[in-house]
Amino acid sequence: MKLVGEKGVQRILMITALSAISSLLLIALFIFSEGLPFIFKYGAGNFLLANEWDPNTGHFGIFPMIMSSVWVTLGAMVVGAPLGIAGAIFLSEYASPIIMKIVKPTIELLAAIPSVVYGFIGVMVLAPVIRNNLGGPGLSLLAGCIILGIMILPTVISISIDSILAVPRSYREGSLALGATTWQTTHMVTIKAARSGIVASIILGLGRAIGETMAVIMVAGNSVNIPNSALDSVRTLTANIALEMSYATGMHREALFATGVILFIIIMILNSIASVAIRNRNAKK
Amino acid sequence: MEKQSSAEYIINIKNLDLFYGKFQALIAVDMLAQKNMITALIGPSGCGKSTLLRCLNRMNDLIRGVKITGKIEINNLDIYSKSTDVTELRKNVGMVFQRPNPFPLSIYDNVVYGLRVAGIRNKTELDEIAEKSLRGAWLWDQVKDKLNHPGLELPLDQQQRLCIARLLAVQPEVILMDEPCSSLDPIATMKIEELMIELKKEYTIVIVTHNMQQASRVSDFTGYMLLGEMIEFDKTVNIFTRPANKLTEEYISGKYG
Repeated sequence: MKLVGEKGVQRILMITALSAISSLLLIALFIFSEGLPFIFKYGAGNFLLANEWDPNTGHFGIFPMIMSSVWVTLGAMVVGAPLGIAGAIFLSEYASPIIMKIVKPTIELLAAIPSVVYGFIGVMVLAPVIRNNLGGPGLSLLAGCIILGIMILPTVISISIDSILAVPRSYREGSLALGATTWQTTHMVTIKAARSGIVASIILGLGRAIGETMAVIMVAGNSVNIPNSALDSVRTLTANIALEMSYATGMHREALFATGVILFIIIMILNSIASVAIRNRNAKK
Repeated sequence: MEKQSSAEYIINIKNLDLFYGKFQALIAVDMLAQKNMITALIGPSGCGKSTLLRCLNRMNDLIRGVKITGKIEINNLDIYSKSTDVTELRKNVGMVFQRPNPFPLSIYDNVVYGLRVAGIRNKTELDEIAEKSLRGAWLWDQVKDKLNHPGLELPLDQQQRLCIARLLAVQPEVILMDEPCSSLDPIATMKIEELMIELKKEYTIVIVTHNMQQASRVSDFTGYMLLGEMIEFDKTVNIFTRPANKLTEEYISGKYG
């Protein structure tokens, strides 16, 4: 006996799909309704561009945190993008299919490691190495960049590989048949054809890096200041929310929500750029 | 075959066997191709004609599990010997593919690609060769005002001639064509065939084709292949008017294939 008809199945699936979208909408609505009034009340300029963050005296300038987030994210890109793209090129153009079959899932497994574990390794291994060799507190911008750089590798590598493999075989054959080496073929034709997908992989990596919280709290030191060097302790936007939310009240609490609004907007912009880049890639064929 | 002693052979294939893993795709193939002639390879699907063609510029190297025994000489050089530089070989033995495959670059960058790969950077030299090659492929007049447009924007037949121009730029001796007209309409096909006849003044052409009429129209020599074997190889007139082998005759007359 049929319990639910075709129509019923369709309706149930539609409700589940809608619930995913509506939770996104609810989150956005909640954050904006809690955070936006603060931004208008306190003044966007004061909030975004002032240097002092001291909730006890009513100072809520998040500029140091914005700069820290930007630097940590760019640093993560400097660490992760070259490694990731080089890895993707090796796996797609040079490695044997067997190596690809083993290595690619392994790299994707990196994404499944909880961020607290990355943070733990950063604290126990990376921070002492930095402290002993380069000086400073160890828990620093540099540590954050390295840890995040590793954390974005799976995103960069797997999306880059997909877009490199999507380049038609005939391009490679045409190039090799003209006497080009594999490397010439790769950088003169294949990478150019896969460019927008590779750009998308980096931008999605950036989105991941700027949103990462736990690992950054553990390794970056968390002092509120605009970093002067890579060895300074920094606090990112995400870390600021996570560290203070548990005891914040009143204006302070609203300021943290407003910080969330800023993060939300940044990540939305990054993801939109990435999806446009991916769409360009698909439109080209 | 009558008095070939005076002819100049540029390609000499001797007792060639090729295996894809356990499957033998070419069985003891012999073939001679003369300089400045068009040699056509015909035969039903899966007969190994494309595989044979791809042996000549070692494109089969790209496929895993390919094993080759026997000998192929081009200009008296054994192209499968250890000392062969494959990239040099491929500059000398160019290839036009079944589907036009210009790179996702501008028309100009497509034409000079092989030169850049070879390390030529001099702008005047590149410009000169680009024009000469496009003229050689009968494409100059159509594209001279839009050299920086993407090659992929051209209509299919011009794309194919762009691929030919790209080859002429590196001045190969031999041009391999793997069913170069199979994605083109009859008028575009005719144009390419006329171009081939023009090109053979300077180049030696080996063409694989599904289209028997095409082989009879353009080629000087024809090889008929079946299931990995070279059944018959002779002057094109002989193959199409008085084939020596029963199998060839049946294929030519459309009994199978």
